[in-house]
Amino acid sequence: MSLIEGRTGEWEVVIGLEVHAQIISNAKLFSGAATAFGAEPNTQVSPVDAGFPGMLPVINRRCVEQAVKTGLGLAARINLHSVFDRKNYFYADLPQGYQISQYLTPVVGKGSIILDMPDGSAREIGITRLHLEQDAGKSLHDQQATSTYVDLNRSGVGLMEIVSEPDMRTAEEAGAYLRKLRSILRYLGTCDGNMEEGSMRCDVNVSVRKPGAPLGTRCEIKNVNSVRFVMLAIDYEARRQVEVLEDGGEIRQETRLFDSGRGTTRPMRSKENAHDYRYFPDPDLLPLILDPAWVEGIKRTLPELPDAKKSRFVRDYGLSVEDAGVLVAEQESADYFEAVARGRDAKLAANWVMGDLFGALNRLGRRIEDSPVSAAGLGEMIDLIADGTLSGRLAKDVFAGMVETGASPAAIVEERGLRQVTDTGEIETAIDAVLAANGDKVAEYRSGKDKLFGFFVGQVMKATQGKANPATLNEILRNKLAG
Amino acid sequence: MALDKATVAHIATLARIKLPETEQGRIAGELSHILTWIEQLSEVNTDGVEPMTSVVAMTMPMREDVVTDGNRVDDILANAPERANGFFVVPKVVE
Amino acid sequence: MTNLTDLTIAEARDGLAAKRFTARELTAAHVAAVEAVRPLNAFITETPELALAQAESSDARLLRGEARPLEGLPLAIKDLFCTKEVLTTAASHILDGFKPPYESTVTQNLWDAGAVMLGKLNLDEFAMGSSTTTSFYGPTESPWRRDGDNRALVPGGSSGGSAAAVAARAALGATGTDTGGSIRQPASFVGIVGLKPTYGRCSRWGTIAFASSLDQAGPMTRSVRDAAIMLKAMAGHDPKDSTSAPQAVPDFEAALSGDIRGLKIGIPKEYRVDGMKREIEALWQRGIDWIKDAGAEPVEISLPMTKYALATYYIIAPAEASSNLARYDGVRFGLRVPGKTLDEMYELTRAEGFGAEVQRRILIGTYVLSAGYYDAYYLKAQRVRTLIARDFAEAYKQVECILTPTTPSTAFAIGEKSDDPIAMYLNDVFTVPVNLAGLPGISVPAGLGEDGLPLGLQVIGRAFDEATILRVAGVIERAAGFTARPQFLAGRS
Repeated sequence: MSLIEGRTGEWEVVIGLEVHAQIISNAKLFSGAATAFGAEPNTQVSPVDAGFPGMLPVINRRCVEQAVKTGLGLAARINLHSVFDRKNYFYADLPQGYQISQYLTPVVGKGSIILDMPDGSAREIGITRLHLEQDAGKSLHDQQATSTYVDLNRSGVGLMEIVSEPDMRTAEEAGAYLRKLRSILRYLGTCDGNMEEGSMRCDVNVSVRKPGAPLGTRCEIKNVNSVRFVMLAIDYEARRQVEVLEDGGEIRQETRLFDSGRGTTRPMRSKENAHDYRYFPDPDLLPLILDPAWVEGIKRTLPELPDAKKSRFVRDYGLSVEDAGVLVAEQESADYFEAVARGRDAKLAANWVMGDLFGALNRLGRRIEDSPVSAAGLGEMIDLIADGTLSGRLAKDVFAGMVETGASPAAIVEERGLRQVTDTGEIETAIDAVLAANGDKVAEYRSGKDKLFGFFVGQVMKATQGKANPATLNEILRNKLAG
Repeated sequence: MALDKATVAHIATLARIKLPETEQGRIAGELSHILTWIEQLSEVNTDGVEPMTSVVAMTMPMREDVVTDGNRVDDILANAPERANGFFVVPKVVE
Repeated sequence: MTNLTDLTIAEARDGLAAKRFTARELTAAHVAAVEAVRPLNAFITETPELALAQAESSDARLLRGEARPLEGLPLAIKDLFCTKEVLTTAASHILDGFKPPYESTVTQNLWDAGAVMLGKLNLDEFAMGSSTTTSFYGPTESPWRRDGDNRALVPGGSSGGSAAAVAARAALGATGTDTGGSIRQPASFVGIVGLKPTYGRCSRWGTIAFASSLDQAGPMTRSVRDAAIMLKAMAGHDPKDSTSAPQAVPDFEAALSGDIRGLKIGIPKEYRVDGMKREIEALWQRGIDWIKDAGAEPVEISLPMTKYALATYYIIAPAEASSNLARYDGVRFGLRVPGKTLDEMYELTRAEGFGAEVQRRILIGTYVLSAGYYDAYYLKAQRVRTLIARDFAEAYKQVECILTPTTPSTAFAIGEKSDDPIAMYLNDVFTVPVNLAGLPGISVPAGLGEDGLPLGLQVIGRAFDEATILRVAGVIERAAGFTARPQFLAGRS
């Protein structure tokens, strides 16, 4: 457990997260309007989403399926009977004057997520519940000086609100939780986890207490839109609360807003009024009753999830837990790795994927799905290393060529003449020439200056344009210098 | 149940209905009258009785995940008291 | 030729089929009648051009032999149904200028059956009331007068515009909606037939919501047969309404066999409320005699929770309404009263846009749902509602339908009862339990009270058994031989 140091001693930070994950679906939760991001304002709006008189909700089966799938992926209890309630409040981007949500009986109950911490430890974080609800529209406050503009494209898009237990104690754990949750959602294909576009949003509940004391009063920080900001917000908010308490103050339960520019939090003005949401079952809908056989059917379609995949990578490919963890974080990297590793030296494959490939993608700002080097291409290249055509060093040049041109490794080897020289005669000739030209250094070496061996290797490589087989070169050179 | 003016003012705020202070007393009286009448329900023993959740005995139908609506911004905005550039317009909100 | 506005729907249909007159003639006569009844203030919007255009296309269809069930029949629509591009107000200031970009399922069904729209009818604001006096567009007057008293009377409510228009022969029939009696009570007050179908029988899509778990659309007509014909066209499963029942719609007209021999009909003893007027009791007894004469068997039954129905209703309906009416906020449609802040705009708009009764119900509804009171009021009411539904379920083990009076009195004068909301609410004492249990109920004119005003009897059925109550109502209609006419008739006063 890590604590933060205050003037009056140590404080424990208690963190719970509420994640709003936009469901991947074509149409909205209760209407037939599209969900795609970035459309012209109010073009993806049906009269249902705009709260027009007499409009009624009809639930989208796919959204229910996605919620159940996510619940199963979080090892959670699926509630076969759940109810939609209305959460009543007024806001410009809430057209009906209420949000259809699930209050007392969510579709998914308790579950858990395992976090792998950088120090190799694992932490289990409890999931309290997952429920289905409608997203609100968007208010734009900066378009015009005296008005707020309202776009309802997002109004009614299906959300899964995933609530954690207050089980986290550090900003790092909160960050790891978000990354792991996002990874699971992406594996399941239930949410794209894109925090920048707002398809995954996070409200952070933070409180502090003296170790062992009862839970302190919490503040809720709304809509923090990146993992990094979540961590910054927690650090700031925990410090702030400790300062308030140590100055003899009290923490007010309130909703705060994270200011990403300043890295601070401040009370949200629009949430000043005490809320009374007046939840009651939505009379436009009936209870959501799930057929156990349908849930069982969804269970059978679940993909292998990150934890299971990681164990398999360790077991079947002999990877370290850390490497396996990196590779399974995104399903696409895991798939890529497996395509490269199948039937090859898995550790070598892992090194190439995590090293040169990830480096190149990073540099190009590309995702692995758009990699200029295909998994098949990288596999072929590794085959060329295995059959001696390429040395490790040549392979780096070939790989650079593949990134640059997208050509196959064989083509690059041919075109640029990068084939490794294994012919002993050719290498011997080169060595002889180097030794003859550096008589003084040969004498120094022979008088005990072993370090010069590297110099000779370098010269021979230079003379062969790097193509000499390093093992052959070393062996002949050592023999000649010894002679 | 007798409602006081403060409670009436609070409910009116929740319901976003401007109630002049001079009206609060009268409304409090009216609502109290109705609530007192309603409270006859407390005579009914409802132990172990489930609240009604659906009027007709049927399961909730579900829609297929197909886009069937949208691209009718003119329809959506036509009745708006104030609109600009494809948006609804409301007085400035400070978050 | 008989006066075209005196025809029933069935007669007009048959007349059109026999080419005794054209749809245009029939519609023109009604358009004139709509103008003639303007003193009643039954219509909020008249749509004569639309009506005549629809009639012409009906004539073309009739000529081609492609007549649909309601081809060319002029009807009027309660202004709670959204009608595409036609002003739709719910009789509220807050919907000023609102023209929906869609057509309600019920009205679409009527147009698809060939009906012609005369206009949009007045009602209590958002259907909240029993008198049609809370409309922003002013009260509707009943076409009836008490014997020897010329004071204007209420047509009942909330479907008072529908009741007045049909009774005064300005429309062959009209749609109504019934949340606690809003079809049956006004039908009883003006001497016409009003049918509230089973909850889920008619789609609620596109009908402005008052209380979602109670609202149901139905026909208001001058004969039981007409109610059967019109209901058939209005009803049907609608995938756009999650509470719409996937039930086949029977041919209700064919069910009007007139034969109720052997039918067991419940007479609930709890409906003999304290201080019930003698004339109501006498009317009820006449009804019992009529069905007995027709070979049915009256059976005394008990609905013990009856006395709690009104209080239950006045928790559930306002609670749902407080939430349903949150969307009227001055942002996307209707009235906006400017404010410096968003909240001020909301508060000013809703204070000016909603009338006193609507505000009262929103406040009650907000209160009973608010933190700390939810269990004591709303949850309690939903439990009592279960008991009320259970009462009916028990009764239906012994009987096939139930006969009661529709209202505890005849119509009252405009302005009477307006100072005491509870006195007004008591109008619905016999009708509200039916909505709470989601059952079908029909009011059929059965006689005149001592003051010369109409009174109706109500037949309550099992869920989705509108056919039986129509059949029983048909028998009562014939036995009662109700031929009284209101003093104010289109084209005659």
